[in-house]
Amino acid sequence: MNDMRLVERDVDATDIKIKARNVQVYYGASHAIKDVDVDILDKTVTAFIGPSGCGKSTFLRCLNRMNDTIDIARIEGQILLDGEDIYDKRVDPVQLRAKVGMVFQKPNPFPKSIYDNVAYGPKIHGLTRSKAELDEVVEKSLRRAALWGEVKDRLDKPGTGLSGGQQQRLCIARAVATSPEVLLMDEPCSALDPIATAQVEELIDELKQNFSVVIVTHSMQQAARVSQRTAFFHLGNLVEYGETGQIFTNPSDPRTESYITGRIG
Amino acid sequence: MTDATAPAAAPAPRPGHTAGSLLTLDKRTRARNAAEARFRLYGAIAVGIALVALVWLLISIMSGGLSAFRQTMITMPVYLPAEELDEAGNRNPAEMSRVTTLGYARVLDQALIALMAEQGIAIEGLSEDDASDIISQEAAAQLRNRVLANPDLVGTTVESEVLTNGRIDGYFKGRVTMASAELDSNVTPEQLRLADALRANGVLEKRINWAFLTMPDASDQRPEAAGLGVAILGSLYMMLVVLVLSVPIGVAASIYLEEFAPKNRFTDLIEVNIANLAAVPSIVFGILGLAIFINFAGLPQSAPVVGGLVLTLMTIPTIIIATRAALKAVPPSIRDAALGVGASKMQSVFHHVLPLAMPGILTGTIIGLAQALGETAPLLLIGMVAFVRNYPSAPPEGIFDPASALPVQVYNWTQRGDPAFVERASGAIIVLLVFLILMNAVAIILRRRFERRW
Repeated sequence: MNDMRLVERDVDATDIKIKARNVQVYYGASHAIKDVDVDILDKTVTAFIGPSGCGKSTFLRCLNRMNDTIDIARIEGQILLDGEDIYDKRVDPVQLRAKVGMVFQKPNPFPKSIYDNVAYGPKIHGLTRSKAELDEVVEKSLRRAALWGEVKDRLDKPGTGLSGGQQQRLCIARAVATSPEVLLMDEPCSALDPIATAQVEELIDELKQNFSVVIVTHSMQQAARVSQRTAFFHLGNLVEYGETGQIFTNPSDPRTESYITGRIG
Repeated sequence: MTDATAPAAAPAPRPGHTAGSLLTLDKRTRARNAAEARFRLYGAIAVGIALVALVWLLISIMSGGLSAFRQTMITMPVYLPAEELDEAGNRNPAEMSRVTTLGYARVLDQALIALMAEQGIAIEGLSEDDASDIISQEAAAQLRNRVLANPDLVGTTVESEVLTNGRIDGYFKGRVTMASAELDSNVTPEQLRLADALRANGVLEKRINWAFLTMPDASDQRPEAAGLGVAILGSLYMMLVVLVLSVPIGVAASIYLEEFAPKNRFTDLIEVNIANLAAVPSIVFGILGLAIFINFAGLPQSAPVVGGLVLTLMTIPTIIIATRAALKAVPPSIRDAALGVGASKMQSVFHHVLPLAMPGILTGTIIGLAQALGETAPLLLIGMVAFVRNYPSAPPEGIFDPASALPVQVYNWTQRGDPAFVERASGAIIVLLVFLILMNAVAIILRRRFERRW
């Protein structure tokens, strides 16, 4: 919060990548997300912050329809990706998830080799035509995830044998290998130590040159460090959304201020 | 409290709060430790009882059954006279087959009497007829088959291993004694003395009995010739049918139910019914098989295909329950990961979930198969208890031929009067146990091989 850089940082991209209007999510009878409107910009890091159970992860999972796997979840409203409604009947969630990748809270590499972990996405989407091309994609993705140097000599070793931070970077490499347009990250650093966290944050900063990154985080410092825009969720409502600098220095809603200063949360 | 400087201020110890030294156990801790020690003792006793029961079972089966793998035989030269076995003299098996086993029995009798004369064995009070009775009736049939398969043997002298009858065999295995022979109308002490003399001369001895594993069942009067060949083949064919049908059906059903089916009242109902199906007594499946597969569908009786179908019905619930448990045990994070990179539901199941569930599925499947291998009751109802002397032909046609099955053969032999069949039944149990142990070993090996950490 005391990071001086955040006020200097301005948002240069203005293309709207994802536009959410009137989004409601119900888990059975409980109303988890109420009336959320958000515009997520391209080539920007957007952070969702808020106390536990406020619905930020739920909303994130709406953006690539991961909530479809939960039987009792019901979503209303409109979420447009590049102007197309992702909840349209004609949309196949599989195709959507190729465009909107996801990194989860707990590192969850497949119990396969490091190479196969990264190569899996390109393989199932048919993104490469030859083994050489696939090798190239794997290397590029691992380089992007700042993991190449550490694993290049043991690509055939199981991905589950890496350390926690390496595993999470492997999961990021796996997500970027399919060249998505949006990368969703659900508390990607909560299982990591400070050093690994720093590495992942640095990585997020680089990723924003190519992707629109949405990150859910519990740590306000992290939101302040990595994001350009921040959305504050509270009890299922989107309380405030704006430039990170403004949210952290000059919040307009009293609830945001209380949360940021540590009075609620 | 022992602090003398502040006697008035010392507060009374709160209940549940220890005040004394850590070096002495208070009452509560002692009671807890005693309870724990008692529980450990109960556990050790339970394990002990189970082990003793197992060892007892194995010892009783082994002591009763191992002797079935050795059989008393006489090795002697047998002259095959042409004038008796091939009257036409043209060595044509079709014509030679007119000589029945009675003719060959005479040949064996003469060979034995010649052998006794040559070795100078004379037993007082033993007629020639009685002496030759120590040879099994089956021996003549075996010699006849041998000659018909190779007619050129006629007119020559062949070295033969000749089965002795079940009582003589029993004498060398401890079932029959001189005292019991006095009372037995099937054997006389003189015959036993003859057997002793032959044994002393080295022509009669116990040999490894491969026929027990390869030959078909024999009639009540010939326990010495009864074998498991048809039963082993029948069981093998049934297992093939069960494997081919129950594994794909069971695994596919559980994948669908666990991963794809909507969770509603109907699928709940199916789930409860599958669990119930696993608990249905096996004899009920037998009645079902009799009604549907034999009476309605018109499949042949006693055939491995029907047995296999009935056992498939019994095995499917076991496989489904095991497979679903294995699928459930795969961490959801793996499914999320696969869906997150854009795999379809089916890709996530077949590329990631199924390989991780494989060890559990294989173990469940093999345990289900092992259970099916030992199942007896439903097979009784579909006619597999029949007396089958002919080997079924090779699959796939063979599964429609009549056959027996290992557990049914055990049941069958225990029903027979001659005590020699008790030994046979125990031997068959040993064979069955060996198969079960082999299957479990395969399950363990496959489990080890497929096991992966995540």
